Amino acid sequence: MELKDNNAGTGRKRNYFVSRRIDRIFLELYKIYAFHVRFFKEVFVPPYEFKEVVRQCYEVGVRSLPLISLTGFIIGIVFTNQSRPSLSEFGATSWLPSLVSIAIVRALAPLVTAIIAAGRVGSAIGAELGSMRVTEQIDAMEVSATNPFNYLVVTRVLATTFMVPALMIYTVFVSLMGAYLNVNQNELTSFTTYITQVFEAISFLDIFSSIIKTFIFGFTIGMVGCYKGYYSSKGTEGVGKAANSSVVTAMFLVFIEELLSLQIINLFRAM
Amino acid sequence: MKKINPNIIYDNKVIEIKGLKKAFDDFEVLKGVDLDLYQGENLVVLGRSGTGKSVLIKIISGLLTPDEGMVKVLGQEVDKLSTKELEQLRLKVGFSFQNSALYDSMTVYENLEFPLVRNSKSLTKAERDRRIHFVLDGVGLLQAINQMPSELSGGQRKRIGIARTLILKPEIMLYDEPTAGLDPITCIEINALINDVQERFNTSSIIITHDLTCARAVGDRVVMLLDGQFQRQGTFEEVFNSDDERVKMFYDYNFVN
Repeated sequence: MELKDNNAGTGRKRNYFVSRRIDRIFLELYKIYAFHVRFFKEVFVPPYEFKEVVRQCYEVGVRSLPLISLTGFIIGIVFTNQSRPSLSEFGATSWLPSLVSIAIVRALAPLVTAIIAAGRVGSAIGAELGSMRVTEQIDAMEVSATNPFNYLVVTRVLATTFMVPALMIYTVFVSLMGAYLNVNQNELTSFTTYITQVFEAISFLDIFSSIIKTFIFGFTIGMVGCYKGYYSSKGTEGVGKAANSSVVTAMFLVFIEELLSLQIINLFRAM
Repeated sequence: MKKINPNIIYDNKVIEIKGLKKAFDDFEVLKGVDLDLYQGENLVVLGRSGTGKSVLIKIISGLLTPDEGMVKVLGQEVDKLSTKELEQLRLKVGFSFQNSALYDSMTVYENLEFPLVRNSKSLTKAERDRRIHFVLDGVGLLQAINQMPSELSGGQRKRIGIARTLILKPEIMLYDEPTAGLDPITCIEINALINDVQERFNTSSIIITHDLTCARAVGDRVVMLLDGQFQRQGTFEEVFNSDDERVKMFYDYNFVN
C-alpha cells in the first residue's frame, strides 16, 4: 500500500515537471513571437536612431570585409579546382566559368556570407547585448525613459538585414575573381571571355533570388543574436550561452531557410 | 548621525505601496509589503541579501511587475500605466544601480548625454553641455568628463551613475546598494553625496542597503525588511532598539564584530 502511494507521488511529480516544461516551451514561443511583433512595431515609429544604424552597418559590413574577402577568394579558387576533373572527363572545361558562376551566385556566396555573418556578427551581437543585460545597462536605459529595444535591437537588425546582401554581392565578386585566377592559369581564358561566360550563364532570377534570400538571412542573424542577448540569463555563463546559441541557432535557421527558398525558387524557374 | 530633514512634507506621499507581493517561481520574496515615502524624505530599506530589497525598487521603477498589491508613484499606479505613460513617469524617477550600469562603450560625457538627447529634444547642444557640466560638478567629477567607464574607480563610477540619473532632474531617487563594494572613505563620500543630492536637487529617496553606517548617515527614516515584510520602522535608533534576535544580529555584525 505504501509503495503504491510512493509511486503515485512520483507520477504526480513527473507530471508536474512535464507540464512545467511544456509551459516553458510555449512561453518561449510567445516571447519569440512578441519580440518579432515589437520589432515590426518599433522599426516604423520614431525616434529613428540613424547614427547608431550607420555605426552598426560599419561594424557588420566594413569590419567583415577582410574575412569575407579571404574566404570568398579561396572558395572561388577551390571550387573551380575541384570542378575541373569532372568536367575534363567530358572535355567540357570550357564550361567552367558558367558552372562556377551559377554555383557561386545561386548558392555558395549567399550561404558562405550568411555563415560568416552568423559566426562573426551574430555571436558579437549576442555577447554584447548579453553582457549589457548582465551588467544592467539595458535596465539603466529603460529606467532613464530611453527605449533600449529601439536603440539596441532595431538598429542591429536593420544593419544585418541590409549589410548581409551587400556583403553577399561582394562575396560573389571576390569568388569570381578567385575562380578567374584559376581558370586563367589553367585554361588561359581571357578576362573578357570569362566575364561574358559568367554573365551568360546566370539569369536575373538567380541574382534577384540570392539578394532576397540574403535579406532574410541577415534579418534572421540579427534577430537571433538580439533575442539571445536581450533575454540572456544573469551571469557570465549567460553571456557565453547567448553568444554560442546565437551562432548555432542562426546557422540552423539559415540552412532551413536555404532549403525552403530553393523549393520556392525552383517553382519560379518552372513557370 | 543624520539630522532629520526639516523640509519633509508628511502630507504628500510620493510613493505609496500597499500589500505588495512578488514571487519568483515558488519562492515568495515580498509577502505583503506596505510602504510610504514622503516628499523630501530619505528612506533607508535595510535587509539581508536576497530579502527582496532590490526587487522592491525594481517594481517601483516598473522594471518588474508585482504579483499582487498596489504601487503608486507620484499618484500613478505603475503597473497600470501604458508604455508612454511609464516613460513619462520614469523621467521623474532616477535609479542608481548597484554596479552603476554605465554604458561601457561610451565616455562619461556620452553616458550623461544619452538620456538627455532622447528625452529633452528641445535643448540645444550648448544647453546640454551646460547641464552635463553642472551635474558632473555636483558629483565632483568634472575632470572625468572625457574618460571611459573602465578608466574610473568604483567610487567614481557610482558618482557618475548618480550624475546620469540627476541629469533628467528626477523628483525621486532610488539607490540600489550605493556603498556596496567600496572602501570606508569612499562610502563616507557617497553618503555625503546622497545627502547633498537630497538638499540641492530637493529629491525624495529610497536607499536600499545592508550597510548600517550608510543607513545611519543618510536615512531620515529606516525600515527593515525581514522575511518578506517590513518588521520595524522609525529612526535608526528606534529600529535597532529592539530585542528581536534578527535585528540584534544585524546590528552586531555591522558594529560589534
